[in-house]
Amino acid sequence: MANVVLRDVRKTYTGGFEAIKGIDFEVGDGQFCVLVGPSGCGKSTLLRMVAGLETITSGDIDIGGRIVNQIEPADRDIAMVFQNYALYPHMTVYNNMAYGLRNRRMPEPEIDTRVQEAARILELGTMLDRKPKQLSGGQRQRVAMGRAIVRQPKVFLFDEPLSNLDAKLRIAMRVEIRKLQRRLKTTSIYVTHDQLEAMTLADILVVMNGGRVEQIGNPLDIYQKPATTFVASFIGAPPMNLMPLRSDEISAQFAGDSRAASEAGILGIRPEDFIISSETIVGGIALDLTVEAIERVGAETFIYGTRQHEIQGVAANPGELPPGEVIVRIPGAVAPAIGERIKAVAPRESLHLFSADGRKRIDL
Amino acid sequence: MTNALRQSLFLSLIWVCMEKSAVFNRSKLLPYALLAPQLIITFVFFYWPASQAVLQSFKREDAFGLVSEFVGLENYQALFAQPEYYKAMLTTLIFSTLVAALSLSIALLFATQADKNLKAAPVYKTFMIWPYAVAPAVAGVLWFFIFHPSLGTLARPLRGLGLDWNPLLNGNHAMTLVVMSAVWKQIAYNFLFFLAGLQSIPKSVIEAGAIDGAGPMRRFWTIIFPLLSPTTFFLLVVNIVYVFFDTFGIIDAVTGGGPAGATTTMVYKVYADGRLGGDLGGSAAQSVVLMVIVIALTAVQFKYVERKVQY
Repeated sequence: MANVVLRDVRKTYTGGFEAIKGIDFEVGDGQFCVLVGPSGCGKSTLLRMVAGLETITSGDIDIGGRIVNQIEPADRDIAMVFQNYALYPHMTVYNNMAYGLRNRRMPEPEIDTRVQEAARILELGTMLDRKPKQLSGGQRQRVAMGRAIVRQPKVFLFDEPLSNLDAKLRIAMRVEIRKLQRRLKTTSIYVTHDQLEAMTLADILVVMNGGRVEQIGNPLDIYQKPATTFVASFIGAPPMNLMPLRSDEISAQFAGDSRAASEAGILGIRPEDFIISSETIVGGIALDLTVEAIERVGAETFIYGTRQHEIQGVAANPGELPPGEVIVRIPGAVAPAIGERIKAVAPRESLHLFSADGRKRIDL
Repeated sequence: MTNALRQSLFLSLIWVCMEKSAVFNRSKLLPYALLAPQLIITFVFFYWPASQAVLQSFKREDAFGLVSEFVGLENYQALFAQPEYYKAMLTTLIFSTLVAALSLSIALLFATQADKNLKAAPVYKTFMIWPYAVAPAVAGVLWFFIFHPSLGTLARPLRGLGLDWNPLLNGNHAMTLVVMSAVWKQIAYNFLFFLAGLQSIPKSVIEAGAIDGAGPMRRFWTIIFPLLSPTTFFLLVVNIVYVFFDTFGIIDAVTGGGPAGATTTMVYKVYADGRLGGDLGGSAAQSVVLMVIVIALTAVQFKYVERKVQY
């Protein structure tokens, strides 16, 4: 049981490349923290720094009140699940799980108790004598989990553990991991590039981009109030529609809010916040769209449309918006035909405003 | 070369089967014609000399090499009655065990060092491979001069240390010298394979070991070494063949089998008795025995050692 604190953690490689540019956050005892970001954003590097597999250029990593910068991975009391599972191919499932305990000179009967318990939890009981290559992807994944849990470490580290599984298994294992973590109450840090995994698993979500933290918070808060346009387009699938605004459009649409008028440059609307309707909403926004493509996924339908000419605010003198694509999500499978012209409206409370450079959120 | 040849032949065969099935059907000789170069090479350079050796081992030549008569197993009987032959067997056993064990273990040590992320690793790797480019006889001459009791640059310091170094007179010194030369020559080859083997072990497996609390030594013996076993097994087979046959040049250049037969291995005795002693029949019998021993050793390795290999 431990919390993990990162204080201005930086990593610069010997060619001068700065992979991690000063990161601060805290994961409370028993919390599940997810680091999410596109590939190359430094999330895996950061996790490996916590594990002790990469050196820390500056800053402190604190696990359970102890600064671990100079401590070997083995002595940090962590367990890690790797993307490719990193099982020992020459050992049986049993020995894979027992290896870490034997290295710590635990008495054999206790090792057996722990391995059997882990095998029971993970339903690996019948596979203890098999070698990793005789197992399916999902089973290997469970062995990797088992190897982590038998150790009963202070912190679990997961490095994209589900990315090698097929879609169905990924969802099943995602739920398993969350249940297991709730049950064991072990502080966890989980790296993924999958925003859906990030949303569903996290107590605390850390959105990273280019070696920096874009936003930290509760997943729903991040979804509802993205701090930057990067977060807005990264969290949520399909991504938020982002539309540049000209100053005259801003003054026309958000005339009542002087701050918005002065700073806003980009308007964001989530696809699911639109309604297809001929009625405009007071204070809201209406877009005239030509339907370009339709994606039906059963319970919902995505409409890809191009904006025709103007943003029709209810306020006077509606200004023009530059043309661009807009995604609209509607429930059900009844959708307009391709080429049809529709009107998509969104209420005022669903509008997100950002500064022109996309780095700052402006609350209405 | 033969492997590349074999592969290209195989590919052309496949191509013929796939693309030109009509031609293939018409000419039943084509596949044989395509296989012929490989078969001829194997036959001329392997089966023919080997069968000649077997044939020769049942014959005795007169002193001038003009007449040979069939003598049955007499050459073999004479061979196994010679105490020198058993001595050569023992010498071979000592020599091959030392060379195989030392060249494998030293090469493995070097490869593990080269596998670390060092700045100079490419330079180090290049230097490590060079000895393999030196011909065995040249390597032997080099070592001969370095350790020559009166000319050698290292013989004097050895004497200075109080060691009466003289490989020309002392059998143990001579053995040490040929073992050193043979090991030095073979390390480069083993190093290359070990390095490739080490690099094929996923880094994350070793990292998992580090997180699992295994120190560098324990990681090596419980993870890296077992995962390297296919490479080690392959090298063991190759090295046994190397010490049994290819070390001839080194022994000839360094000691000439002496002093007093202390470094006369079985393959050297084949040469000494046949080429220098003129006993072609006896020499042929020895090479047949040697062939049988190496085939048997390889078979044993495949049957018993391979079981311990983790593929």
